[in-house]
Amino acid sequence: MGTTATHNGIQGHVLHRDDEGSRLGMWLFLFTEVILFGGLFAVYAVYRFLNPEAFHAGSGTLNLAFGAVNTVVLLTSSLSVALAISAIQMGRRKHTLLFLYLTLILALAFMVNKYFEWGAKIEHGLFPGTEHFFELPQGEAMFFYLYYFMTGLHMFHVVVGMILLSIMAVKVFRKKITSGNYVFLENSGLYWHLVDVIWIFLFPLLYLIK
Amino acid sequence: MEAVNREPEYVNFYQVRKGIASWLFTHDHKRIALLYFWGVIGFFIVAVLLGMLMRLELIAPGPTIMDAGMYNAVFTLHGVIMIFLFIIPGVPAIFGNFMLPLMLGAPDVAFPRLNLISWWLYVIGGLLALGTLFFGEGPPDTGWTFYAPYSVKTGTNVTIAVLAAFILGFSSILTGINFIVTIHRMRCPGMSWFKMPLFPWALYATSWIQVLATPVVGITLLMIVMERVLGVGFFDPAIGGDPILYQHLFWIYSHPAVYIMVLPAMGIVSEIIPVFVKKSIFGYKAIVFSSLAIAFVGYFVWGHHMYTSGMSGTALIVFSLLTFLVAVPSGVKVFNWVATLYKGSVDLQPPMWYMLAFIFQFMIGGLTGLVVGSLATDVHLHDTYFVVAHFHYVMFGATGFAFIGAIHYWFPKIWGRMYNKRRANQGLLLLFIGFNLLYFPLFIVGMMGMPRRYYDYLPEFTIPNVISTIGSFILFAGLLMIIVNLIRGGMKGEKVGRNPWGGKTLEWQAGSPPSLYNFDETPEVTEGPYIYNK
Repeated sequence: MGTTATHNGIQGHVLHRDDEGSRLGMWLFLFTEVILFGGLFAVYAVYRFLNPEAFHAGSGTLNLAFGAVNTVVLLTSSLSVALAISAIQMGRRKHTLLFLYLTLILALAFMVNKYFEWGAKIEHGLFPGTEHFFELPQGEAMFFYLYYFMTGLHMFHVVVGMILLSIMAVKVFRKKITSGNYVFLENSGLYWHLVDVIWIFLFPLLYLIK
Repeated sequence: MEAVNREPEYVNFYQVRKGIASWLFTHDHKRIALLYFWGVIGFFIVAVLLGMLMRLELIAPGPTIMDAGMYNAVFTLHGVIMIFLFIIPGVPAIFGNFMLPLMLGAPDVAFPRLNLISWWLYVIGGLLALGTLFFGEGPPDTGWTFYAPYSVKTGTNVTIAVLAAFILGFSSILTGINFIVTIHRMRCPGMSWFKMPLFPWALYATSWIQVLATPVVGITLLMIVMERVLGVGFFDPAIGGDPILYQHLFWIYSHPAVYIMVLPAMGIVSEIIPVFVKKSIFGYKAIVFSSLAIAFVGYFVWGHHMYTSGMSGTALIVFSLLTFLVAVPSGVKVFNWVATLYKGSVDLQPPMWYMLAFIFQFMIGGLTGLVVGSLATDVHLHDTYFVVAHFHYVMFGATGFAFIGAIHYWFPKIWGRMYNKRRANQGLLLLFIGFNLLYFPLFIVGMMGMPRRYYDYLPEFTIPNVISTIGSFILFAGLLMIIVNLIRGGMKGEKVGRNPWGGKTLEWQAGSPPSLYNFDETPEVTEGPYIYNK
């Protein structure tokens, strides 16, 4: 169980809940996620510096509309998860569930969008291993490696976030998460915001910088 | 978790529940510590045997007991196991888990379930690493650093080994998060930050490194996996990658990781010395801040592993300067320990002997670190046995000795019995002689120019190598003696009370072995942890 003793004590050996501690733990975990992607951003920076023109060309082939729509979708989902937390604080269970469902639907929309975006690329043979790919200039191939790896890792985080939020929805439904005990939901919300923030960096790096 | 038995009869944490499941799925920090203990010791023995095989191969020039390919695999596995499975988790996961809550006066760590998950990840990672021996194309032969582009090209089991390291890194991150939150939130009433013992302080600095550095190697290793599995070429120059970039990313983690290995060991020294000189530690705050300074500056020195890889002159000078800077807080600690001995009533029990051996060997290891930290000398010594001797003096001579010393120090607390102290001292003497005989000649042979990582060498290097191999036999005999003595002590040793050494930190107020929730009453602290002089 994620329960802990409070700062001042273990009277009668009853283990207390420590929401502050849980939140602190979650923030530390988010640090590690930021640094994980930070490593990728560093690699991106180095290769962009080495091949500026190729990255420019690579970025030009990405579909700005797909990226922009997904940015709006993710930002909105961040809003809805924040609203879900506000709702549980006020004890409005139904609203909490509604906002959680909305978040999940938006996350799904993001994934569907991504599926079509990747699908189009793969159809054009823009995928590591294809013949067309080997003909690309070196730097541009690197751009697409990074594109697939960064958005792929981000997508993995979206999926993890969706699983987390689904579990939270079940817990809210079963009244395991209430207005008096919502730190799990809060932490899942924090995770979802992180997924959002990373996309906010990926979008300009991959699509916008010309 | 069930409530603690409040009958007059004392129930320790071993007796609360029985059965294998009660261990494998326990949330009790003490049981998890012991699970780690058996895992770590098991892997340690495997890696020691691999090391012995390497020394045996090097007893004479030319192929002795194995060929080049086999030797490459053996030194890679020796390194991977010793680093990722023994020395990184060793002190924090065993003694950190067992002692941190006790020393803080807390019933458990902040996230007991997460703690169990960390152990399971450790086991999975460890089994994957061992598995590379038995399936696929044979064990990896890249060295523990997995340098690209060879790690991307070789046909051996690099993918699995790298995945294992990734999983172990995850386990390490979770433990770090757990300890930071525990230290922030669960200190007992009255224990302000500067009344906290020094071992928790060392763990605190270590945990921050674990949390902030490990993800970098995580992503780097993932890139290696991607490159091998999907052909996504991040580091292979043939497809536009840069192998030097891999080295940077690798050492951005792996240099701070050196401090993950040594900082907790320094915490142990700061803990044991005051107990056996019956004197308050000299310069408590200096030790605290030097731990934090090491953790901080340690981030910015990774380039000193790459002096010969190709970097701008400015970068080289900056990295060398910072490397010298990071030696300062380590020196501060050594002076503090020695100053604590001054005018103390030194009681030469086995744990104290280990600490003296630690200081001696750490000084040799640390000062030779400055030799390879200087740009000009490093060009000569890079990739020679001098480097091998240097880091073994720090890793084994310091951390390894502190680890075994800590077993001897906390043995009565963990198992409730005392070992044979005479035998313990004899075992240490053998270990000490064997260790120095094994590694000191390597400094010399390194300066003579013998390169590391070859199964063969020129005939003029024979004599130091023979001495070194003889040293490895003595070291092994010492280890055996220590292990046998501890096992006998654990089974038949004399039972001890709560505080056999007369320590002042809180773990000595708990029972030996402690009860499930450690303390009968929540302890309260009113003064610092090492007040002996009244």
